[in-house]
Amino acid sequence: MNHWTSLSDFLHMGGYAAYVWGSVGVSALALVVEQVLLKRRMETIVRSLRQRARAERMEQGLA
Amino acid sequence: MSSPFFRFASPVRFYPMAGKLIPWFWMAASVFGLVGLYVGFMVAPTDATQGDGYRIIFLHVPASWMSMFIYVVMAGWAAAGLAFHTRLSSMVALALAPTGALMAFLSLWTGALWGKPMWGTWWVWDARLTSELILLFLYLGFLALHAAIDEPKRADRAAAVLALVGVVNVPIIYFSVKWWNTLHQGSSVSLTKAPAMAQTMLWGMLLMALCFWMYSIAAGLTRLRAIILEREAQASWVLQLPEAA
Repeated sequence: MNHWTSLSDFLHMGGYAAYVWGSVGVSALALVVEQVLLKRRMETIVRSLRQRARAERMEQGLA
Repeated sequence: MSSPFFRFASPVRFYPMAGKLIPWFWMAASVFGLVGLYVGFMVAPTDATQGDGYRIIFLHVPASWMSMFIYVVMAGWAAAGLAFHTRLSSMVALALAPTGALMAFLSLWTGALWGKPMWGTWWVWDARLTSELILLFLYLGFLALHAAIDEPKRADRAAAVLALVGVVNVPIIYFSVKWWNTLHQGSSVSLTKAPAMAQTMLWGMLLMALCFWMYSIAAGLTRLRAIILEREAQASWVLQLPEAA
């Protein structure tokens, strides 16, 4: 099944290393960046919701 | 309004359901991705003419398919929002656009890295490449137009019109290799004839396509949840969520 003779043979990609790993690397990076941005976006909105919920609870407590 | 379809059409119901679904799509994306990469890089043989450079196909084709598919789905939800004024529909369209743009970018990037060793150039202004670039601009235009209009409902409507006009570009991308004499090769997989590639190559490609598909759903749902909270921030149900406690 496996036609690679060694790890360096695999990494060499038959001479196309820069093109193949450049595709794999940037694809992986793009997905990671998207997830980091999504996580931040979610944290920002949840943080502001928490503040508002706390403010509302305090108002009710005073009333 | 009691059918299951309409029950989840409300953000109140949809938000927690999406939260439960996301981990499953992540799991499916991981499994398809790991098996797909294994088949594509370990099992599939070296190509007779393109050597190991062809292995870019396992990212290029899935990204290209998803960039077109997401656009059609996005335009469909934008149209539904335009026609039925359902809150969630326009949010779905907005949630899909960045992931679609990412897929279009990856299609162009991996295409350039594949074109250089095989054609001797990173880029040509040929019909397939140019129409895919236009797709990326349509996604970015959709997002920019939406961001430029302050009132969400008006932004939804304007962006929906742009998305619908842009739909015409999708069949152009798909059929470009048939309609014009392009440098880009014809489709590797066709519904009407046997695939012109080894079985294991085909399987690697299909598994990676499923991985990208599941990833896109997970990313889209995650962004949709953020958009729901942002847009419904004034609603009382949002403040009663466990996240807000």
